[in-house]
Amino acid sequence: MQLTLWTYEGPPHVGAMRVATALRGVHYVLHAPQGDTYADLLFTMIERRPERPPVTYTTFQARDLGGDTAQLFKDAVKQAYDRFQPQAMLVGASCTAELIQDDPGGLAAALDLPIPVIPLELPAYQRKENWGAAETFYQLVRTLVVKPQASRVRGAVPRCNVLGPTALGFRHRDDLREITQLLQQLGIEINVVAPWQATPADLARLADADFNVVLYPEVAQTAAAWLRRQLGQPSTTIIPIGARATQDFIEEVSTLAGLGTGDGAERHAVRVRDLAAGLSRSPWYARSVDSNYLTGKRVFIFGDATHAIAAARVATEEFGFELVGLGSYSREFGRELRAAAAHYGLEALITDDYLEVEAAISAATPELVLGTQMERHMAKRLGVPCAVISAPVHVQDFPARHAPQMGFEGANVLFDTWVHPLMMGLEEHLLGMFRGDFEFHADALPSHLGHAARPVSMASRDAPMHEATEAATGEPTGEAMDAAIAVQTAPIAAPRPIEVPPQDAPWSADAEQELRKIPFFVRAKARRNTEAYARSRQLPLITLETLYDAKAHFSR
Amino acid sequence: MSPVIPIQVEHGCQDAPVLRERGQREVFCGLTGIIWLHRKMQDAFFLVVGSRTCAHLIQSAAGVMIFAEPRFATAILDERDLAGLADAQDELDRVVHRLLERRPDIRLLFLVGSCPSEVIKLDLSRAAARLSQRHAPQVRVLSYSGSGIETSFTQGEDACLAALVPTLPDLPTLPTPPASATGQDAAPELLIVGALADVVEDQFRRQFEALGLTQVRFFPPRHTGALPPVGPRTRFLLAQPFLGDTARALEARGARHIPAPFPLGAEGSAAWLTAGAAALGLSAERTAPLIAPWRQRAERALAVHRQRLAGQRIFFFPDSQLEIPLARFLSRELGLQLVEVGTPYLHRGHLAEELALLPSGTQLSEGQDVERQLDRCRAARPDLVVCGLGLANPLEAEGFTTKWSIELVFTPIHGFDQAADLAALFTRPLDRRQRLAA
Repeated sequence: MQLTLWTYEGPPHVGAMRVATALRGVHYVLHAPQGDTYADLLFTMIERRPERPPVTYTTFQARDLGGDTAQLFKDAVKQAYDRFQPQAMLVGASCTAELIQDDPGGLAAALDLPIPVIPLELPAYQRKENWGAAETFYQLVRTLVVKPQASRVRGAVPRCNVLGPTALGFRHRDDLREITQLLQQLGIEINVVAPWQATPADLARLADADFNVVLYPEVAQTAAAWLRRQLGQPSTTIIPIGARATQDFIEEVSTLAGLGTGDGAERHAVRVRDLAAGLSRSPWYARSVDSNYLTGKRVFIFGDATHAIAAARVATEEFGFELVGLGSYSREFGRELRAAAAHYGLEALITDDYLEVEAAISAATPELVLGTQMERHMAKRLGVPCAVISAPVHVQDFPARHAPQMGFEGANVLFDTWVHPLMMGLEEHLLGMFRGDFEFHADALPSHLGHAARPVSMASRDAPMHEATEAATGEPTGEAMDAAIAVQTAPIAAPRPIEVPPQDAPWSADAEQELRKIPFFVRAKARRNTEAYARSRQLPLITLETLYDAKAHFSR
Repeated sequence: MSPVIPIQVEHGCQDAPVLRERGQREVFCGLTGIIWLHRKMQDAFFLVVGSRTCAHLIQSAAGVMIFAEPRFATAILDERDLAGLADAQDELDRVVHRLLERRPDIRLLFLVGSCPSEVIKLDLSRAAARLSQRHAPQVRVLSYSGSGIETSFTQGEDACLAALVPTLPDLPTLPTPPASATGQDAAPELLIVGALADVVEDQFRRQFEALGLTQVRFFPPRHTGALPPVGPRTRFLLAQPFLGDTARALEARGARHIPAPFPLGAEGSAAWLTAGAAALGLSAERTAPLIAPWRQRAERALAVHRQRLAGQRIFFFPDSQLEIPLARFLSRELGLQLVEVGTPYLHRGHLAEELALLPSGTQLSEGQDVERQLDRCRAARPDLVVCGLGLANPLEAEGFTTKWSIELVFTPIHGFDQAADLAALFTRPLDRRQRLAA
């Protein structure tokens, strides 16, 4: 058993639902107990879909377990077919139905429906949501793709499929608009987009393309690999998040499409240049002088593998931040993550335990956290600015406005979104110079965020240790800011990180006083560095001099 | 569907035929009860023993609350637990031990059963007994099932409270005086059963005090250190209609149920308070003059909503078992017409008083086949549909006006001074539709 409060991913059948709901003309019959219909709310409320997901649940109850749950399932399949007349059907089990072993695939096959019926084997006690989505999409593609008799001959215009966008995907709607537009502007025709609004008939036509664009490897990589093996279709590997990655992506698709060589090469190069110049504001914004103060801001990144790795590149190469942590809950992409983290001289954090992530964030003392909905709340507890880059997300991250992450417009959105929570340059300067202002003080939130109240500040980090311990034993106030306190009051068991080792030297009163003059967004790091310095020199007491010695030592 | 139903109150719906349906049910499971119960009992912790689906459900339902140091979690079963490689009881001990180590402020721990734990027959009651012994006296450990196969939505609260009843202290028996003419026991005490919003609880307490009744306690209490005693002198009033098992458990302790309609709306609240007072020996003649001004104030507040709602046709999908009392309030006090009143489960005993007040000829349904019920709803074209969030937006997109039902469980709606707030929950969607159409 694993003690869990927050799960980064749902069970695998939710992934299957995301694919079924994205498609058209496909119905999913799920063997599941009463109550599992809660998943409909993810689509109708969080994504605000105006129709019910195409899912029929058997919703068996305890009294059915004594009887024939297999018959119940067969009836549900039959009724769903009669009512919805889908072109293809998915059948599978949720975690509870997996235990009663009714074999949905065999039962549905026995009905002999005149449409393809695809059984899904989704081990709910080993795998999670994204794996479920990938497996479902792969099974659909495998079953429905019609292999051509002869190998495909390239036409005059290059054609590609776009794979990966699903229901309940983080910004999938707008990424898709952005990338399909980009491909069309490059002169590439789009054959099929899937699973987003594709029908089984569309999936049958997948072979009629020169290559595949994989937008979300978490969902489409398995299917794309199969298409490569079976049909010889290559697929893209670069994720177009950020201005530079978008340029690289353009280069990659141009190569796959056979543009950029031969007699059209010159024209193509001009077109690409114009595209970038016309649409890409983010590089100039990042170069302009008021972004100077962003240099070296410490950023911690966590999310699904695709978004985390892409964000790391944008943060470091495009915005000039310093990466102090990189992690993901996508175990399937552990190798890619470790490679990416190594590139920045870091060790990747691969975990789905949110407390581990919280401990890593407080240990890294970042000035900005880029993460999921979950990190948003950790960051709030720790008093660190935060922006969301990846699922899981809540209703506010399915916005009404066009808000892609991908392509040149996506890069523009990233710049605005990531810089917004940080304190503006002028305010930051003035805070460094004048402290103790009744309105603008070190523990206040950035004033452009419009909060008059004190944030959940780092103040408790600066309380002498005995005060902090007292604070920790009280009723959690939601203001537990230092890792030790946050973790002590966290409602879940995990090895408690030892925040302040006992051998640490005590702080003299005047050193404590001086520390508080450092603006809060870098104060935690200053404290940590000073303590590390004192430890390395085995000093009995941290004095004012120690503080400045440490400062000099670390600014080398 | 039906045209205008002539209201013949004297018949009511006690013997009305109920449409019983089986099929796909679009309801929550009992685990969702945790979301309000953990707020009511502030020193209790709820540990679900289940799968990733259970954890996902709670975090989806709890929305944003999950981050504010909540008092619930899930022990997710993995393969080793299913294959019997790990002894489930040992695993549970380990998890609970670590949990209590981190959260020394917990006084009461509920092990909450789920579909997976019920199907593999994990004995949580035994685990609770063992852990209680181990962690006594600091922590008491109880268990109940919130699984979808056994409970729907608000039945989770019923299961939780029923598990708590055996631990209530005994109400001391008084030396019985020679049997009085009425055959009444000595000094009965009143217990109000069902989790109520704090503001509502305080209002009821004040109102019973104004009637001269100070021996009134509430269950569940806000703090598990203050569990109300129970015994043969206990008379209990249900504040919520979904508490069948809890009532049975209280009766097993000798307590007696007071039949009454539920305290929704001016009429319901008055009848409920009157019944409670009568059980403690206060005649209606004595209480009526005290209750009248509260009732009149509520009726004044309802008048404006009645103008807006009278004549509107309303359709209830099953959700929380609050449907029948709500339908009674909406039809009698606000003049709505009831197209269909669906409920996940109909407890005829506890709802007898409510059924008697419903307009006769009301179409009642118990259980659900959601596709067929949607067909009926579409055919009837009601003005307002009360349904869960899985159906609300899709129905809105089809041109229906909906009131999402979960809000009725998460809002203070009981008592005189919430009657107008309750009515406003139904006027708001209609009002909004009008504003946006203008």
